[in-house]
Amino acid sequence: MSEIPTALPSLAEPAPPAPARPATGFAAGLGHARHVAASNPITGLAFAMFAAIVLAALLGPVITPYDPLASDTAAALQAPSRAHWFGTDQVGRDIFSRVLVATRLDFIIAVSSVALVFVLGGFAGICAGFYGGWTDRIVSRISDTIMAFPLFVLAMGIVAALGNTVTNIVLATAIVNFPLYQRIARAEANVRREAGFVQAARLTGNSEMRILLAQILPNIMPIMMVQMSLTMGYAILNAAGLSFIGLGVKPPTPEWGIMVAEGAGFIISGEWWIALFPGLALMLAVFCFNLLGDGLRDVIDPQRRT
Amino acid sequence: MGALLDVKGLTVEFATRRGTVQAVKRVDLEVARGETVGIVGESGSGKSVTSYAVMRILDRAGRIADGSVAFSGLDLRAADERGMSDLRGREISMIFQNPRMALNPIRKVGRQIEDVLRRHAIAGSMDARARTIAMLEQVRIANPEERYHAYPFELSGGMCQRIVIALALACRPQLLIADEPTTGLDVTTQKAVMDLVTELTRARGMATILITHDLGLAATYCDRVVVMRQGEVVETAPAAQVFAAPQDPYTRRLMRATPRPGATLRGLLPEGTPAPPAMRAPVAGAGAPLLRVEGLVKEYPRQGTSRTWRQILGGGAPADAAPFRAVDGLSFEIRRGESLGLVGESGCGKSTTSMMVMRLTDPTAGRIVLGEDDIGAIPARRFAASPHRRRIQMVFQDPTDSLNPRFTALRAIADPLMRMGGLKGRDAIRARCEALAELVGLPLDLLDRFPHQLSGGQKARVGIARAIALEPELVILDEPTAALDVSVQAVVLNLLEDLKSKLGMSYLFVSHDLHVVRLLCDRVIVMRQGRIVEAGSAEAVLEAPQAAYTRELIAAIPHPPAGGKAVRASESVADARDPSAG
Repeated sequence: MSEIPTALPSLAEPAPPAPARPATGFAAGLGHARHVAASNPITGLAFAMFAAIVLAALLGPVITPYDPLASDTAAALQAPSRAHWFGTDQVGRDIFSRVLVATRLDFIIAVSSVALVFVLGGFAGICAGFYGGWTDRIVSRISDTIMAFPLFVLAMGIVAALGNTVTNIVLATAIVNFPLYQRIARAEANVRREAGFVQAARLTGNSEMRILLAQILPNIMPIMMVQMSLTMGYAILNAAGLSFIGLGVKPPTPEWGIMVAEGAGFIISGEWWIALFPGLALMLAVFCFNLLGDGLRDVIDPQRRT
Repeated sequence: MGALLDVKGLTVEFATRRGTVQAVKRVDLEVARGETVGIVGESGSGKSVTSYAVMRILDRAGRIADGSVAFSGLDLRAADERGMSDLRGREISMIFQNPRMALNPIRKVGRQIEDVLRRHAIAGSMDARARTIAMLEQVRIANPEERYHAYPFELSGGMCQRIVIALALACRPQLLIADEPTTGLDVTTQKAVMDLVTELTRARGMATILITHDLGLAATYCDRVVVMRQGEVVETAPAAQVFAAPQDPYTRRLMRATPRPGATLRGLLPEGTPAPPAMRAPVAGAGAPLLRVEGLVKEYPRQGTSRTWRQILGGGAPADAAPFRAVDGLSFEIRRGESLGLVGESGCGKSTTSMMVMRLTDPTAGRIVLGEDDIGAIPARRFAASPHRRRIQMVFQDPTDSLNPRFTALRAIADPLMRMGGLKGRDAIRARCEALAELVGLPLDLLDRFPHQLSGGQKARVGIARAIALEPELVILDEPTAALDVSVQAVVLNLLEDLKSKLGMSYLFVSHDLHVVRLLCDRVIVMRQGRIVEAGSAEAVLEAPQAAYTRELIAAIPHPPAGGKAVRASESVADARDPSAG
């Protein structure tokens, strides 16, 4: 009986050219990444910078030339030199070591707050977009309420109210970013709610929650990844900003925001290096994450490439 | 005197990741003044790219690599951007496929026509409005003074296309390029739009290029037809001759694959295709009723302030709040092993009906009985967990949209097996999926590909394999071939027919195309405004329609001039050779 299908002619139209091997797996992804990096060297640069930041965060305390907390009043306020690449601060601590060690803390704050908001905002947004109705109204109004405050002031208020800890900085950063994630996830889920493949999944006996998680979530993942990378820069800036005004991380813990704050007073007397180098590190990190976000968007959606 | 448009050796290249691709190869095309030329071809044949090259609106990756384009003696390839911009709209204008996309959604349609008139200094601020209203009158828009202020979303698809035509003709161009102007429109609207274009262009002595995938449409409205395939012109001939005596083998195949009066399902396939043995698996209880639908009604609330708000505001229901009845008291029956066609134009309620029978939407009233079970009583949101779910499946209209872009073909086919088939283990599932792929003629090595790596016909096969995976009793086919090229459509329709006789399923075939329905269905229901206009055997409804609406529908299908007889003659030869046909 099986000769029936084979009796039919093969389709007249040619299939779109597919790679020799199915484009799954790590090798294909690497090839794609190489293509993107080659067509846009700035994305390659961003990936390299990202790797450097991760490396600094991982190895920071091991590779520092000095103890970041050890003060040496004899060597206070020295300008950058062979011994102290970024100079020393008012109590003689080595700024290069402190900048390097601070990477880990700032990176952890950014990653954990972004991860938290990704889970909370993303899930709330998908539910709002997929179910609509009251779910949508409630979730969207929560976002609107958050958006009604100046975000940095809101973050300040949360940390001030909850207490001056790293956990609360993470929480505050996550809350102020909530509307961004919720809105993107909602919009993306909403357009796919009535898509053919969702209807087809209903026909094949998937429950609504399974459709949400197994069918819709993988489709909005790429755009969420881009959003994560873009907000990562903002999260670092937010954490440093809070520390700068004295909320959050407390001295003498090395942290870019505090170090800039500490150094600010010395600029007027000519010791520019105390504030400049941590500020520079902060700028480069934010710059790197923003470039990375743009690069990821190119990888995911070649048509929107400018 | 030379031709109005003279294209010689046109080659268009696109830069892609895998090097340059020639989309159009050495195409010669001549259009004389007042002539209507049809460019016919399947997707990827380069028919649209050719016209874009003439208009010089290729996107950035594309460039004209070779050849010449002359428009009334002017070299368009050498013209600068400013010159082209003056030419576009005034001398050559274009009608696009989707009229809604071609209009600015937030600008009044009258204003949009005025914009064109002013851009080309045809009208000044004094007379622009009067000229615009005259244009609207010419494209037969009722109440043009009122419609001048309408926004595109307030108009129907057919009306929008008329506005686009008014836009295109406003500056009295010499050449009109219509790129699939009626795809997506109903047949009656298609006829109205095409008749209008023909009449207006003829009255003004304009030349027209009609780009279409529909050979019948081209043959009906064009003087000459150019058939393209993979970027090359395979045949150029007077329209009547193309239909009567196609020269090129490809044109012949295209001709055969086009559903038309007198065609048979097997006759659509290329000549020389071995006919499968005519056989019908004994269907258990064939002829016994499988699905009974009684007094089905679906009402939607009218748009406007939501009910909640009305209650809060205490305004009560406004006078015109009578709900809109999409489906109005529909009753029909499908027997086991039978195919029932549900035909109607957009908005007639056929999709709503299929969604209700499919149990994706709840009916407002009425019963849906499958076998002995009243499945209409189970709410749609709980039907996914019902044991009846697997008995009734669906093949969707758009094969691309109905496959999850992040699932491989295997994963898509395996989904029903894992959810409802109770199949466990990677190997068992893979084996079953491979058997299904074989059944629908999908090469096994394509199972690990993602939808974007498959062609339209291959995606359609994946969708069919998924629908039949659990051996359902009833399969709803919602325009399963509407998004496919005719040659692929022919193959898919034959596949569906084979599967039906092999697996003993029943089909509910929802379509707007009477000819396609006739090929696959035993009985046909014609719907209009939620009600049945006519029902009967497919042959009877098509050959001797009783209702005036059915007659109108059939008359609106493009009828190629002359040639018809010759086609039928050659077809009967094919029939004689193919005993299993029909």
